[in-house]
Amino acid sequence: MESREIVLDGAVVADPWVFVADDEPIPSQSGRADAPTSVAPPRVFVTLGRWRADRAALAARGRVGVVVPSDLDIRTLADDLPLLAAVALEFPRFADGRAYTQARILREQLGFLGSVRARGEVLRDQAFYMVRCGFDVLEPAAGRAAADLLPGLSDFSVTYQGAADTALPRYRRPTPDTQRAVA
Amino acid sequence: MYRYDEDDIRIVRERVEQFRDQVRRRLSGELSEDEFRPLRLQNGLYHQRHAYMLRVAIPYGMLSSRQLRQLAYIARRYDKGYGHISTRQNIQFNWPLLEEVPDLLSDLADVEMHAIQTSGNCIRNVTSDALAGVAGDELEDPRPYCELIRQWSTFHPEFAYLPRKFKIAVTGATVDRAAVAFHDIGLRLVRSDSGEVGFQVIVGGGLGRTPLIGQVVREFVSKRDILSYCEAVLRVYNLGGDRENKYKARIKIQLKTAGIDAFRAAVEAEWDRVRDTPIAVPEAELDRLRAFFEPPAYEAASRAAKSWDAESAVDPEFARWLRHNTSEHKVPGYRVVHISLKAPGVPPGDITADQLDALAALSDSYSFGEARTTHQQNMVLADVAQRDLADLWRGLRDAGLATPNIGTLTDMICCPGLDFCSLANAGSIAVARRIDETFQDLDELYDLGEVQLKLSGCINACGHHHIGHIGILGINKAGEEYYQIMLGGAPGDDASLGRWIGPAVAQDEIAPAVDRLVRRYVEQRANQERFIDTYRRVGAEPFKEAVYGIA
Repeated sequence: MESREIVLDGAVVADPWVFVADDEPIPSQSGRADAPTSVAPPRVFVTLGRWRADRAALAARGRVGVVVPSDLDIRTLADDLPLLAAVALEFPRFADGRAYTQARILREQLGFLGSVRARGEVLRDQAFYMVRCGFDVLEPAAGRAAADLLPGLSDFSVTYQGAADTALPRYRRPTPDTQRAVA
Repeated sequence: MYRYDEDDIRIVRERVEQFRDQVRRRLSGELSEDEFRPLRLQNGLYHQRHAYMLRVAIPYGMLSSRQLRQLAYIARRYDKGYGHISTRQNIQFNWPLLEEVPDLLSDLADVEMHAIQTSGNCIRNVTSDALAGVAGDELEDPRPYCELIRQWSTFHPEFAYLPRKFKIAVTGATVDRAAVAFHDIGLRLVRSDSGEVGFQVIVGGGLGRTPLIGQVVREFVSKRDILSYCEAVLRVYNLGGDRENKYKARIKIQLKTAGIDAFRAAVEAEWDRVRDTPIAVPEAELDRLRAFFEPPAYEAASRAAKSWDAESAVDPEFARWLRHNTSEHKVPGYRVVHISLKAPGVPPGDITADQLDALAALSDSYSFGEARTTHQQNMVLADVAQRDLADLWRGLRDAGLATPNIGTLTDMICCPGLDFCSLANAGSIAVARRIDETFQDLDELYDLGEVQLKLSGCINACGHHHIGHIGILGINKAGEEYYQIMLGGAPGDDASLGRWIGPAVAQDEIAPAVDRLVRRYVEQRANQERFIDTYRRVGAEPFKEAVYGIA
């Protein structure tokens, strides 16, 4: 299995998640023959189709995430969310901004507390917006290093709107961002 | 006008540094042009025919004298000594070097200006009525709400990568001078049956390839809810707009395809979910913003007013300017002064660095240190005491800013065309010049009355040809520049889209064709009828015949 790094909550870490194609078996153990049975099985992302087909079994296994296409009405996942540890939203092109809305709906309206991952054409200059919309995991675009995304996270220290990161818009915050940044 | 607080200053400064780094990465090859393009576009930087063009935001058209002076400095330092006022109240510089743009942006930030979201598929600079706050027909000054929307839309994390660009305009007046029916969202301040002032929301207007008049999606939204309503509209658009075909990607096509009822239902459903979240605007925030737009310290009418009869009698030139380039102000003793950027021989909307400086000085002396840009590509000094008009006129005349043609046929809207723009199919500035040369007799021009002539060098319609009483569109016909003529468009309360009257004509033919059109109007007009009224009454036939002869 190739190793991959991601940005998780603002830091570069090895990706603990495995993407499982529809024709591959779901791994049940850590992958090491000598692993004790008490070790939890690896975290796996499956396609939406597989999730829907094998929902009960996958939910019983746990540590499962689903990869959602950007044209899905994310609210149709509402009943699945309590069973899911993660949702991966796709940026087929970085100029395709649908997943920003999907993420905000997941966080702010559906109350999803699991991991929300950005994947696809995820680049540094969109990272700030992604975190604001509720993505906790940024998977760098193919051929890019996760560390390259980090500078984008601190592009701005002031924001005007409420979003998934800060519910209050600037006009409802008790302290101006500038003072908070200085403090 | 609005003044930045520390947060506003910080965010603009951080943007400059972000863009400086993006330029550095582009120049070092770290970013490909494909990756850089959307980034520079979100900062108003286009690649044009000869060079980069930077579009600087002038939020709802408001400028201080300090900002005018800085724009003059920028025009000299980074450009060839001039700028160009666009139809969305912004100013464009045509010759900056990519490496210098970060410094240019830093110079803008020094005077609380920027180029944020002046292009790209995001929420663009909000526009308004150039007479906001001084018009007699105003229910309420729209500018505090423009500023509210400006802040909400600046770096909105969810709406930076929309299917296509998104334009919002706000008016508070009875007469629509902001063309709200031709915006993605047009907001009109209205009073509800219960007496509350809020917004009528119009969605899905626009020009371009598929010109459409916007439709009312909601008759009334209270001020508290205006951002949540806009957010709901944007969210429905971000999820549902066409992302495959850029020519079908504007919200107007989504609305038209879905139908107004289904579109409205989707917006209302989303609005129900967001309206009672913290986005609801507290009264204190509205009060804070309104305080920036309190009227200036007007003098009593008895002191400000002056009869100009004597002066006018002595100087017919002043009298002419007074009649055509000033309009009523809501405060007795004051006038609104319109500055035409359509002087003979000058590309429509262009203003030189010296003129920007002159305007700064004149605004300090006579108009509380503020000026405005208009979507007709002109400028306005909004608060001039009557007794100062003659002095102001002399100052404007010396700066070449007193061309008395406001509202006439030579007060044209015109895009930069083939001379600058890489999208254009045909020249527009040269055509504007030929038309201007044909109509140099001011008395003749005044006799023709209000004629709105709008000219675009391509189908993208930056010159708004669909809403000109006379609209002209440049096309490329087997390598030659040709021009189609449409009649009957109008932008405001009697909004309508023009219709083509016949085959395209060659560049040499266009000024004579306009001449024949207005002569036919003079023959046909009844009483005080404007060109557009005559056209609407008699139809296209007499005009077709004037241009093309009898079929």
